[in-house]
Amino acid sequence: MSDIQNNPSNTIDTTSSGVARRDFLKIGASVTASTGAFSMAFFVPESASAADPKGVAPANNNPQKVNAWIEIRPDETVIIRYARAEMGQGSRTSAPMLIAEELEVDWKKVKVEHATAHDNLKQKRVYGDMASVGSRTIRQSQEYLRKAGATAREMLIVAGSQAMNVPSSECVAKLGMVIHTPSKKSISYGKVALKAAELTPPANVTLKDSKDWTIVGKPIKRVDIPDIVTAKIRYGIDTQLPGMLYASVAQSPVFNGKVKSMDASKVESRRGIVKVLNMGNFVAVVADNFWRAKEALKEVTVEWDVAPEHTKLNNATLHAFFKEGLTQPELAVARNDGNTPKALSEGKVIEAEYFTPFLAHATMEPMVCTAWLQGDSLEVWPSTQNAEGSLAAASSASGVKQENVKVYPMQLGGGLGRKSPQDFTVQAVRIAKEMAGKPVKLIWTREEDMQHDFYRPASLVKMAATQKADGNINALHIRVSAPSLIASLLKLPLPKGVDPQAVAAFEDHPYAIENSLVDYAQRNSNIPVGFWRSVGHSQNPFVRESFIDELAHAAGKDPLEYRLANLPEKNFRDIAILKAVTKAANYSQPLPKGVFRGIAETEGYGSWTACVCELSVNDRQEVKIHRIVIGIDPGYAVNPDNIQAQLQGSVVHGLSAIFWGEMIIKEGRIEQSNFHEYRMMRLNEMPKVETVIAPTGGFWGGVGEPAQAPLAGAVANAIFNATGKRVRSLPLKNHGFSLQRVRT
Amino acid sequence: MKLNINEQARELDVEPDMPLLWALRDELDIKGPKYGCGIAQCGSCTVLLNGEPVRSCSYPVSAAVGQQVVTLEGLEKKGKLHPVQQAWIDHEVPQCGYCQGGQILAAVALLKKKPKPTDEDIDAAMTNICRCGTYARIRAAIHSVAAKGVKA
Repeated sequence: MSDIQNNPSNTIDTTSSGVARRDFLKIGASVTASTGAFSMAFFVPESASAADPKGVAPANNNPQKVNAWIEIRPDETVIIRYARAEMGQGSRTSAPMLIAEELEVDWKKVKVEHATAHDNLKQKRVYGDMASVGSRTIRQSQEYLRKAGATAREMLIVAGSQAMNVPSSECVAKLGMVIHTPSKKSISYGKVALKAAELTPPANVTLKDSKDWTIVGKPIKRVDIPDIVTAKIRYGIDTQLPGMLYASVAQSPVFNGKVKSMDASKVESRRGIVKVLNMGNFVAVVADNFWRAKEALKEVTVEWDVAPEHTKLNNATLHAFFKEGLTQPELAVARNDGNTPKALSEGKVIEAEYFTPFLAHATMEPMVCTAWLQGDSLEVWPSTQNAEGSLAAASSASGVKQENVKVYPMQLGGGLGRKSPQDFTVQAVRIAKEMAGKPVKLIWTREEDMQHDFYRPASLVKMAATQKADGNINALHIRVSAPSLIASLLKLPLPKGVDPQAVAAFEDHPYAIENSLVDYAQRNSNIPVGFWRSVGHSQNPFVRESFIDELAHAAGKDPLEYRLANLPEKNFRDIAILKAVTKAANYSQPLPKGVFRGIAETEGYGSWTACVCELSVNDRQEVKIHRIVIGIDPGYAVNPDNIQAQLQGSVVHGLSAIFWGEMIIKEGRIEQSNFHEYRMMRLNEMPKVETVIAPTGGFWGGVGEPAQAPLAGAVANAIFNATGKRVRSLPLKNHGFSLQRVRT
Repeated sequence: MKLNINEQARELDVEPDMPLLWALRDELDIKGPKYGCGIAQCGSCTVLLNGEPVRSCSYPVSAAVGQQVVTLEGLEKKGKLHPVQQAWIDHEVPQCGYCQGGQILAAVALLKKKPKPTDEDIDAAMTNICRCGTYARIRAAIHSVAAKGVKA
């Protein structure tokens, strides 16, 4: 697995202060010591001592608070805090489930509240990393969340036993009660929480065995859904403040251009227009209503100063640029087993080039942030996947000290990776600075969003292999030519020159191949790139699993048998998920005439996934998907119903990209502007999806992103079986394939 | 101009061509209808006008005068959820939830016209985009309301 840790010293340890010892948990475990993938936390506190000059965390001003995560009220309501973002991935429910499990409370009494980035800063990052990226909320925080619950439970048991005047060793906790086992006397948490909060947290706690779980692993209802269906929940775009203004912005259509000149004379006296701002790298119209702002912006004439070479970029020049990468003499090496060049020179080489395009996120809620600068204090309401990143960005864009910035948690109308970079937060804050004293809500139009994304990088991959006499793989060379997210978005150095996402699912391929070489040509251009749901796993498993099918076909083997023959025993999880999903899909049974299967599998985000696609293709190249069986082994399935939802959603997200997704780049800009030109799957195209949740225990994998990984390979392999046509680039529409509605 | 929104009379002084969406959101603080595309493509802004689903981002506010406007906020009656809202909870339909107000209103309109919709009816009526991919659950939730035979 690719694994970069930006924050190795990020520990939750409050032992330095007696006050902290009472208020917060002492948890020495490193927050990032899990199977985390990329840290997207741009957040760096200006200085730990600035927030907490004496090294003493603020006193616990809420006596019912047992620790930072947990508050138990006299009426037995259990408040559990959730520290990350909710964008539909369901973690606002599943993360508190882990705390509640160890706390031994009745889930019906639990209310989930958001922790805030400003509280986290004040409390020496007691909530750890707040970013929702890389499908890592559960796998990265499960240990400290469970420990928080268990620690509070132990403190409540001691407080309860003291109140009942019995030895704590004879007491147990169950459903929010401390029970004295011999006498069956009991006392409720709400009555002893105050006392429990004053106790010294135990240094060590024992976590429950998975077989004893009563909340984790059960299909718990998402806590935010009732508020969603009644319009009570507030998304970033719904922020409403007294005297609030609205801003609409335009950036240079050719990326990274600057304003050369601006003429706003046509609109300055229009109804509701408050100000038209030349912000250097964008222009903004500020008005008393968003529609007035965005309509006026259309009438503002802007001349952009762009680098001439940037205007020459289009899909063909970019493809040529990637192609050049494939022939570079010295490439960064990601994996090198055996002697691949020698092995390739000695056998019959099967080779192929695969291409996957740039893609926009197009979250349903576009980029949005409200900012309000009052004197030396700043408040922001961003739709953000990274509240701490928002805080840091808002602080540096305004010059307001971090401890004077407040970031309010909002529901996100989708994130998909787009709402981690803070470009929109910076814009909102800069505008708010111009309009000091007034709150300003910045909303990007869909057009702005689609044309100023951080796009899923395109990638050109050359595959070359030789086979042994029995057809099994002898040598495999994977050469990747693609932009680097880490270098161009995160501005971080690449370990050994390799972008781990560009080679994800390649450098760690599970097959037993004696000679394996994976190398990488970094090809950054002026097209901004970013993390798009599943990131490298949104494209590389398509390439790998399609090529494995090519090799199976060349060997005259069934694709499932071929994979099983080439998977070593040590990769038992790849084997297990492949078997579980193909079994659920009745792989050994023949299909009706004209219907064909394709399969694929891969690890991703610490989970194992596989997919079987059954489809037919008519003579007009209309693809009818009869069934998709998609499965995951996440180790522990924390909230199975939510996992099923994530798998169903991954199929829709993936199929939109597979059939139609690509950015058209012309003269350095994105041509598409809205959904009529960037097509999304709709309900009448949604195929039958069957999900397989096959947790094998012993590890914690991600859920939001991995399931998209095997989908494209399974679809493309089924298309090959149906038509004999090997699809080596996406989207399918470029090969003449269309998606037939399920009922036509 | 005078509007009837969720059975309440509301008065507005705005340009007649302001889209209903922005009149609702920015002038009246009714946030159920969401902005998604501004060109009637995605349906996040769906409201009911005399029971018909309409994409309010592309519908002038002045044309809504004299019609009954219903937004997601107006479905709950006397503290009781609309059966479609309840079905959305029972089936755990939403993920991010941003488009779901529009989806729910489109389903309400469909069930009013066709209390027992076929899959084909659902295909034809439910045309709003959901990026989270909740379509299978939307379909199941609509069928469940129909199966219960409750008046939607």
